[in-house]
Amino acid sequence: MVTTATPVQVVYKRPASLSDTPTHYCPGCTHGIAHRLIAEVMDEMNIRERAIGVAPVGCSVFAYNYFTCDFVEAAHGRAPAMATGIKRVLPDRVVFTYQGDGDMASIGMSEIVHAAGRGENITVIFINNAIYGMTGGQMAPTSLPGQKTTSSPTGRDVESMGFPMKMAELLSQLEGAGYVVRRSLHDPKNIRMAKKAIRLAFETQIRGLGFSMVELLSTCNTNWGVSVLEAMQYLKDHMLPVYPIGDYKVSPALENLRV
Amino acid sequence: MPVKGWIEVDERYCKGCELCISECPQNVLALDLDHLTPKGYHPVMLKMEGCTGCGICAIMCPEAALTVYREVPQKAAQAVQPSGG
Repeated sequence: MVTTATPVQVVYKRPASLSDTPTHYCPGCTHGIAHRLIAEVMDEMNIRERAIGVAPVGCSVFAYNYFTCDFVEAAHGRAPAMATGIKRVLPDRVVFTYQGDGDMASIGMSEIVHAAGRGENITVIFINNAIYGMTGGQMAPTSLPGQKTTSSPTGRDVESMGFPMKMAELLSQLEGAGYVVRRSLHDPKNIRMAKKAIRLAFETQIRGLGFSMVELLSTCNTNWGVSVLEAMQYLKDHMLPVYPIGDYKVSPALENLRV
Repeated sequence: MPVKGWIEVDERYCKGCELCISECPQNVLALDLDHLTPKGYHPVMLKMEGCTGCGICAIMCPEAALTVYREVPQKAAQAVQPSGG
């Protein structure tokens, strides 16, 4: 297209930490954005050779196919327990789990809370899209009040079905947590902020400052029953008021760190 | 003159989700409706001149399907040269 002799600069190219496998995610799924951010951070920090990921059960169950770092697959919800074991046996590795809301906030609730309580030096990337994606759009612990899902067809009634689980707020109360934040993936600005947060979470782990978690607000256009762009708008209009973006716990040792 | 940039779309990955199209500040992206990827989607393409190589499409892309290039402005290139660039 361009034939001049002007020097050309590559502004962006696919990160080396992502494998060549095309993902199985629906078009426009923010899982892909989260994968890409983790891969970019691994490239930037040059930790791919010593990073070990733990894949969850859920839509991201095949995450191990999409990264070029080492990866293991955990039983449903048990990724933090598996990561704990790996990190304790191989303390020089960077161990992270990648979990969805059904995996982490429902069946894996006890594992995540105890891992944070013990202050395990692991990083958790938590994808919160307020629904069970893989199983067909059932209500998740993180579903919004009034949200229609296949198992709450008249909307989530908080009197009988309870209130959404706010994982970032919940885990930030524990002393073992070193870095707990919530970010969103709905526009370029927030995606950049999410990438910085993932970087800081890995820095927390490398510095041995305790448990780190980045909650990423995500979309599920297929099971929300809307288009890709409507899903981004829904996230902005309905999820952000319930799940405010913010730093819920930042270890004092990280405050002066610039990335 | 604005900086000139362009994108390359890897058709193995692009699923035509249009997230890049919605966020492009220059509004120069569109789906290529005459063409299908191996997965059966219409891939994204540059529909006209005007890309500045800002890379916002690549920041939005969930599949890391885009490679973004930009011409280095002449003045900046000359300024970099003497310092051994």
